Amino acid sequence: MSNAPVNNGRRRFLTAATAVVGGVGVAGVAVPFIASWNPSARAKAAGAPVEVNVGKIQPGQLIRAEWRGKPVYVVRRSEKMLADLAKHEDQLKDPESLEEQQPSYATNAHRSIKPEFMVALGVCTHLGCAPTHHKGDFGEKVEGVSDGFFCPCHGSKFDMAGRVFQSVPAPTNLMVPEHSFLTEDTLLIGVGQGEV
Amino acid sequence: MLVKLFTDFMGWIDKRLPVTDAWNKHLAQYPAPKNFNFWYFFGSLAMLVLVNQILTGIWLTMNYEPSNEGAFASIEYIMRDVDYGWLLRYMHSTGASAFFIVVYMHMMRGLMYGSYQKPRELLWIFGMLIFLVLMAEAFMGYLLPWGNMSYWGAQVIISLFGNVPIIGDDLTLWIRGDYVISGATLNRFFALHVIALPLVLVILVFLHILALHEVGSNNPEGIDIKKPKGSIKPEELSKFEFHKQYTAKYDIVDAIPFHPYYSVKDIMGVAGFLIIFCWVMFFAPEGGGYFMEAPNFEPANGLKTPEHIAPVWYFGPYYTILRVIPHPLLGAIGMFSAIIVLFLLPWFDRGVVKSIKYRSKAHLINLIQFSICFIILGVLGTLPATPVYNMIGVFASFGYFGFFVALWFYSKNEKTKPVPERISG
Repeated sequence: MSNAPVNNGRRRFLTAATAVVGGVGVAGVAVPFIASWNPSARAKAAGAPVEVNVGKIQPGQLIRAEWRGKPVYVVRRSEKMLADLAKHEDQLKDPESLEEQQPSYATNAHRSIKPEFMVALGVCTHLGCAPTHHKGDFGEKVEGVSDGFFCPCHGSKFDMAGRVFQSVPAPTNLMVPEHSFLTEDTLLIGVGQGEV
Repeated sequence: MLVKLFTDFMGWIDKRLPVTDAWNKHLAQYPAPKNFNFWYFFGSLAMLVLVNQILTGIWLTMNYEPSNEGAFASIEYIMRDVDYGWLLRYMHSTGASAFFIVVYMHMMRGLMYGSYQKPRELLWIFGMLIFLVLMAEAFMGYLLPWGNMSYWGAQVIISLFGNVPIIGDDLTLWIRGDYVISGATLNRFFALHVIALPLVLVILVFLHILALHEVGSNNPEGIDIKKPKGSIKPEELSKFEFHKQYTAKYDIVDAIPFHPYYSVKDIMGVAGFLIIFCWVMFFAPEGGGYFMEAPNFEPANGLKTPEHIAPVWYFGPYYTILRVIPHPLLGAIGMFSAIIVLFLLPWFDRGVVKSIKYRSKAHLINLIQFSICFIILGVLGTLPATPVYNMIGVFASFGYFGFFVALWFYSKNEKTKPVPERISG
């Protein structure tokens, strides 16, 4: 070993350089550990957005799609259904959709992107049962309202925009999932408007 | 002959690892104040429950299956088909609730006798870290039976992280590892519950005890048993031999060695505790629906929310604070602040007198109102939210946080009683 005088500046530089390189190494090694917590490819595939062809839905008809294990109701509302929406607003809990149960682009009178297409999760906001669609005979449940959804489990009632009626167990309107239109007739559930 | 063999063997070991020295330093020659009361059982009881949880936990993993398909069924399998599986599981589930009872009592002791005050701040912080990790451990463990309350309880708590601005949604996705709570979430909670957090817990307990033995134990009088070296007449010194680490710097008075005096006393505490523990475990393992909740006897179902989601009782106080604040982000902040203020307690308290015995009337009243508010918050946490309960919850939350604020104000110039030099009797 030589007895050369200690070069403190050089020693400090080497210590700092080693610490920095080591720190970068630690940060790099952390990446796989943190990233492995993200949804796996299998989970991503199972939760991928769902395309629905809405071109052939008749006015007033409801179809069900499945997205992330949950039923999604898609209804092509007739002119009458749309016109009726404004008539019973005084009987609703949240007629203006103030609760964030829908993306911002669906926070409007008809709670959707296109007025004629209603898209909502078919999961009652009370205890998660599936509300049934009553077409024309909803007047038995709410007088003077011809169409709506009725939950058979505990009797919650929703209108044709998924808005909940007063004095029922469900606390909020039906959830509107993120959705967008790829073409005139192709609905994409799971990706919001302007995100594609 | 046998004795000589043992002495030689220990001599051989001690030359290579100071086992006898550690035994003396931490047990046989550790000076503990002579006046420990009932409240000093809970430290050793917490250790006992920790051992119980680790041991029964290891045995439960031998038959438990952490998967979406198999978890719920494997619990039933343990309960019905595995020999003594029911007992191992009830020891573990009763142990979880017992852990919190013991830890809350242990913390209450610290509050009453000022055991968090200088110089024991770091000891207190280690204790709070243990409390925090314990809550995470309990929360993750509660998901594992994969019952419907497991599922929805986790749903509520994980969605709290969704309130974090900007990154909230990505954060919850990252925690769950899926778009909903699923087998992926269950698996990672299992890994954390059985490996990561217990490891952290054991290390923290080790540090907690090391920090305790560095500063020495407090006592119900809050009087220091370590006096400046040379200030005590030799005939007044403690008659026992203590480790030189303690006697080199201080004169030790009014102390007895931890072992055998408190090790034997703690056995009495253990016996009393086990009588109650076993009674619950054998006759009321579900704790009246508070230790094991009714909806958890049906499998997890993402499409069916239980009528009333309540956390397990020991999270009640913090859940109520979360719930009474209407704004979701502020609610979450309120809940976490309730823990953070506990960490900062040594600095909220600006007083020098430790024990409640010699502190002001104001402090006594403040501590009583804090305890009552804590219990009220706990009870409310298990009840459904109604406007009246919410109102009570708001008052109790003010009482909880008010304890710390009031303490900070009056402790500066508190009217205290004179503290004796020595522990009497």
